[in-house]
Amino acid sequence: MSATATNPVEPFLRMDRIPHIWCPGCGIGTTVNCFTRALMDSKVDLKSLALVSGIGCTGRVAGYVKLDSFHTTHGRAIPFATGLKLANPNLNVIVYSGDGDLSAIGGNHLIHAARRNIDLKVICVNNLTYAMTGGQSAPTTPEHAITATSPYGAFEPSFNLPHLVEAAGAVYVARWTTFHVRQLARSMAEIFKKKGFCFIEVLSPCPTLYQRRNKMGDGLDTMKFYKEKSKVKNGAPTSEVGLTINGEIIVGKFVERDRPDYGSLMKAQFVEALGDRYVDCTETICS
Amino acid sequence: MKADPRGVLTGVHFIDGDQACCEGALAAGARFASGYPITPSTEVVERFASRVPTVGGTFIQMEDELAASITLQGAVWGGAKAFTVTSGPGFSLMMEHIGYAAMTETPCVFVDVQRGGPSTGLPTLPAQADMMQARWGSHGDYEIIALCPNSPQECFDLTIRAFNLAEEFRVPVMFMMDEVVGHMTEKVVIPPADEIEIVPRRHTHKSVEEYLPYETGGDLVPEIAHAGEGYKFHITGLTHDEHGYPNMIPPIQDKLVRRLQNKVREAAERITLYEAEGLEDADVVVISYGITSRVAQRAIELARGQSLQVGKLRLITAWPFPEHIIRELAPRVKAMVVPELNLGQMVREVERSAGGDCQVLAVPHAGGSVHHPEDILKVIVEASR
Repeated sequence: MSATATNPVEPFLRMDRIPHIWCPGCGIGTTVNCFTRALMDSKVDLKSLALVSGIGCTGRVAGYVKLDSFHTTHGRAIPFATGLKLANPNLNVIVYSGDGDLSAIGGNHLIHAARRNIDLKVICVNNLTYAMTGGQSAPTTPEHAITATSPYGAFEPSFNLPHLVEAAGAVYVARWTTFHVRQLARSMAEIFKKKGFCFIEVLSPCPTLYQRRNKMGDGLDTMKFYKEKSKVKNGAPTSEVGLTINGEIIVGKFVERDRPDYGSLMKAQFVEALGDRYVDCTETICS
Repeated sequence: MKADPRGVLTGVHFIDGDQACCEGALAAGARFASGYPITPSTEVVERFASRVPTVGGTFIQMEDELAASITLQGAVWGGAKAFTVTSGPGFSLMMEHIGYAAMTETPCVFVDVQRGGPSTGLPTLPAQADMMQARWGSHGDYEIIALCPNSPQECFDLTIRAFNLAEEFRVPVMFMMDEVVGHMTEKVVIPPADEIEIVPRRHTHKSVEEYLPYETGGDLVPEIAHAGEGYKFHITGLTHDEHGYPNMIPPIQDKLVRRLQNKVREAAERITLYEAEGLEDADVVVISYGITSRVAQRAIELARGQSLQVGKLRLITAWPFPEHIIRELAPRVKAMVVPELNLGQMVREVERSAGGDCQVLAVPHAGGSVHHPEDILKVIVEASR
């Protein structure tokens, strides 16, 4: 390798902010690598791409990508992204955040955005815990898992996120793990071009907190675990893809369907009700 | 620049304060609102939802006030002028995002049509008990601007002012109405668009290479860029440097937070709006704002009928508090009388600013109705002795 060789992902990252804050063995960086691959492969227009994160370890993704990027408040990446998209419908808006941010504190926004079918692409990195705050239990923590706030084992039933967002109306639902880097990058490239509310769940290790407390080894051990336990079932009924602490991990593209997105529905309704009196906001709001 | 005529409903109208506020927002160039229904504020967004598709813009009813108060900020970074509207319980839910707007310097307007509290309180009845919350409700040190209209006409005029101030200083501006002003119907004159002055967004003229999102010049307000323009900027609610990057060390915190305060504080005298009358030879000055100023007007007239020397000071800008006016006035008068629809909020600011140079008397009211003029008169008479 020559001294001037650069990593092909560098043009997509804020290299002046590297090294990042993520722990050794954490999977978030792997997902970002897949994201940059997807940007390269899909040749999506970077100028019109905006990325919105909430708070948490995954929330820091917004700070590392070389895009218009917004690190918002805890749980509110989706409503912020909603405003961004509606004000400038020409933007391709990615929401990149964690399981706690999107499904606990932000759970209400998640289901309503899916219901509206707002044209947002949600990448949910699921490490099964609140990692930034020290590994507390999350709505995604599997039963019996040990966390900082479930020291005797979690007993709350956990969310099956693909099932939740499909029921709420998402038009694209997939799940991969950080072992499935090619499949994940391909899914990401697909949602960049898919109109409507898209959701990819990425299972990702937190060796520092979740894996350690549950004696699941380090990052590499978790890759082996993902490899061994994962089963690709494209089109699997999402009601059957719930996760357990040690059981099978069903991955794949579960849902891909079409229904009119929020912007199209809004325009159609106003044209029908107002006729010539309707002024298309895409031409005026940003002027 | 002048207002975009598409949003200006020029003419003479007979509308309530809520509707006048909506027209003010449209005239100011607001083309985006996100809201959640709450009495007594809902009429503002109801009218906006009806009007904006014919003007060119978007209203979205969100799932709660947490969402409404951040959706509008997404819209601002997408290029729109945007606002939300609420009342006490919703205002409480919006506090975190007032802090986010202050920290990220997102120009926007929060309208609070105040009702009685605490908690669900008096949904359909007035109060002025969110005044301290407007100033201090979000955590940390920051500065906002708050305006208090006392008529539907002012709901129109000052909403435009609120948007202009938001753009000039890149702060969230609190528009502190109350239930009576919101639901009071009066004549509202909307001038032609070319008579309405609009402060444009402080959009950067710098190149992508030169631009730093939080670099400031002399007036402490940075220039903004919008998503999709190629600047590839980063915005965060974390303590950040001029690049907009998280940088959480005490010197950066100190520099940032002091600038967020000073950009407003240093301009306080210039942006203070008030109405004064008869202050020159006053023994007693009645200080009020919002709907209470109209009740106070009657009390002042009754007192003058008893040959008392009473001056009037109506606060239009509540925050930053116009302490320079109070400080200058205090040594020249016997007393300041402060009626408000709460059990003593802005009166503390008056007391602080007067610095012991005159007596300061509250005329508290727990809300649910307005004061009786005689209650204010009684305190004026006592203070005049």
